[in-house]
Amino acid sequence: MSSARDRPRRMGLIAGAVLTVFFVGVAVVGQFWTPYDPGAMSIMDKLEAPNLHHWLGTDQLGRDVLSQLLAGAKTSVGVALLSVIIGALVGVPLGLMAAARRGAVDELIMRGNDLIFAFPSLLLAILITAAFGPGAVNAIIAIGIFNIPVFARVTRGGALQLWTRDFSSAARVAGKGLIRISFEHVLPNLVGLLVVQATIQFSLGVMAEAGLSYVGLGAQPPTPSWGRMLNEAQTLTALSPTLALFPGLAVLFFVLGLNLLGDGLRRRQERSE
Amino acid sequence: MTSAPPVPLLQIDALSVSIGSTPILENISLTVGAGEILGLVGASGSGKTLTALAIMQLLPANSTLTGEIRLRGELLTGKSESELQSVRGRDLGFVFQEPLTALNPLMQIGDQVAETIRLHRSVSAAEAARAARETLELVGLAGGRGAPHLLPYELSGGERQRVAIAMAVALQPPLLIADEPTTALDVVTQAHVLRLLEELAHSRNMGLILVTHDLAVVAQVTDRVALLHQGEIVEQGATAQLLRHLQHPYGRALLAAARSKPKHGAPPPAAAASVLEVCGIVQEYPRRRLSLERAAPPLRAVDGVSLTVHAGETVGLVGESGSGKSSLLRVILALESARGGEVTLLGEDFSGARGRRLRRLRRGIQAVFQDPYGSFDPRWSVERLIAEPYFLLDSPPDIATRRRNVAALLELVGLSAADAQRYPHEFSGGQRQRIAIARALITEPAVIAFDEAVSALDVLVRTQILELLAHLSERLGLAYLFVSHDLNVVRSIADRTYVMQHGRIVEHGPTEAIFTSPHHAYTQALIAAAPILV
Repeated sequence: MSSARDRPRRMGLIAGAVLTVFFVGVAVVGQFWTPYDPGAMSIMDKLEAPNLHHWLGTDQLGRDVLSQLLAGAKTSVGVALLSVIIGALVGVPLGLMAAARRGAVDELIMRGNDLIFAFPSLLLAILITAAFGPGAVNAIIAIGIFNIPVFARVTRGGALQLWTRDFSSAARVAGKGLIRISFEHVLPNLVGLLVVQATIQFSLGVMAEAGLSYVGLGAQPPTPSWGRMLNEAQTLTALSPTLALFPGLAVLFFVLGLNLLGDGLRRRQERSE
Repeated sequence: MTSAPPVPLLQIDALSVSIGSTPILENISLTVGAGEILGLVGASGSGKTLTALAIMQLLPANSTLTGEIRLRGELLTGKSESELQSVRGRDLGFVFQEPLTALNPLMQIGDQVAETIRLHRSVSAAEAARAARETLELVGLAGGRGAPHLLPYELSGGERQRVAIAMAVALQPPLLIADEPTTALDVVTQAHVLRLLEELAHSRNMGLILVTHDLAVVAQVTDRVALLHQGEIVEQGATAQLLRHLQHPYGRALLAAARSKPKHGAPPPAAAASVLEVCGIVQEYPRRRLSLERAAPPLRAVDGVSLTVHAGETVGLVGESGSGKSSLLRVILALESARGGEVTLLGEDFSGARGRRLRRLRRGIQAVFQDPYGSFDPRWSVERLIAEPYFLLDSPPDIATRRRNVAALLELVGLSAADAQRYPHEFSGGQRQRIAIARALITEPAVIAFDEAVSALDVLVRTQILELLAHLSERLGLAYLFVSHDLNVVRSIADRTYVMQHGRIVEHGPTEAIFTSPHHAYTQALIAAAPILV
């Protein structure tokens, strides 16, 4: 049923989808084309305010800010996407297994999850960086590890509820085993739930990547990254206020779009149930 | 008898309600007098609950209402929300269907009743608590089981429903509306709750609207009946006369269904081989630890149950909720492994079978479950669902054969072959149970187990399904194990009946013998409590 009261919610979903598609599109475009080489320095043109040649201005080394933002989008999207995939690939099967087997297996998996949850994420990121050196790949691994328990929990909760439904009993009467039922009956009915969770984790991933790069644990120069741009702009705020503005706005709107999308999808999911 | 007051207690004139643009109720006119019990009867979806909610003025936000509802001559329709809040609870009591969700799980029952009192009367906490205690006593929750400091989870379903009734009547409202108050309860508890409602109405001269789908309940308790069909009142009048001279075809069908017994073939000869033998099943579940060092003794749900089903025979298993019927069934179906005992299917050890052998044996027993909405994966087509048990065959038939078999089964259970490509949500509850039966038939089993398979269905649909089952058993020589808390259903279909209480079989024998001369006290109580249509 659609009514006037649903309209703002639908608008949120649409706005979220538009923003998300826009930023993912930007990341793809940034792969192939940028107005200038994002790494090309030109000390003569340093710290320019936005103008016709450099639409968003230049930084302290004279690099074009727009080009850096376009190229940096790839780092943001890539790190967040890969870490969501890591989290889902490991977490979803763990959650399915915990719900199907119950008992000791369930305890072991869920208490293991609690362990990761209890561990400060930044600390683990520092640990990994200390062991393997900083870089985008290690950021992906660190953020991915923290996505695992989230996916495991969401999957287990939904799956437990599906296991109480009579159709899983019917499938067992039809001779199917726990693993087969998990993949044939349980997982397909959780897809909506997991897509919503993936959107939320994606937005957290974008923020986490920006945060790690900001403190120097993420992407390393010369790889462009929104978080590192913010870090470098920080000391120059007084000289060139716009320098911090654009990467900040990029993170803000991308995360906002993803959250709106996730919320909108979640509402649709709840209503269809 | 009370003399008819000049203004009826509740008067509804030309009430119509639509939700969105869908009309739900049309032109409902009703009156309820003081001390009168009105039965509001209809199938699910007929609008009976919505009528009750309209009286309370608790309709969903996107609904529109026309017509007038007057309580003691005073117009309820059009009152503001704050005016209505003082009417609800004080002048209108409401009892919901589900006693578990109607109570706040974290609040002591005495406080919940007292809260209603304090909302409407300026009394001290102590006075409210005393009034709450008295009300709890009035509804039969006295002494240890009704102590006001108990929390809802410490009470049984029937006791919770009594608390809900206490909350509704604490302020002695002139009108009480009870929406299917006994549907979630078993037959013995249902009888107690109905008697309580009846006594309250008579002793307090309180009007009572009893919303129900059960004609037997109506016949037993109500003074007058209004029969709802597709949002309209099709018949209304004094209960005794109305049930004797029903005019409307829907009402007649309903009554016929409530009385009908499916035509049943002769019971199989006593010498028939047993297809299912259950011997000494014991099942236990762990309970929460009493403390860190002390484990609680496990809950013994099934305590040494043995039963036999012969080829072609229908066996009923009756018991109230919590008697262990469902646990026993899960053991029989090898969904759980039991603590003790064994299940023999077609002469082979079923409970001990594993792997390939278990799959081969499973072909001999299939099941139909209670909830027609939960029995199917919503993402699977009907054809795929019905063919799922083919997984049990080592060499499943090819797609063309499978399609042909599914189509034939759909027609056998009274659906059409074209339904195979549709999805479960496109079917009604009764149609879904037909699909579930088709799924159970596809491996050509010797026994089908039914777990409360008709409990969720309307009485008309229920009768159709029972007739289908009787027909199938005769035609295919199937044996049924029919588990239900509904005595009328078991009586109408079973050749032999087992009665289960507290995890044990307390009595068994031919169905008619059990029902006409029950020996065990529990069986006698069960039968006495079941509402019957005369």
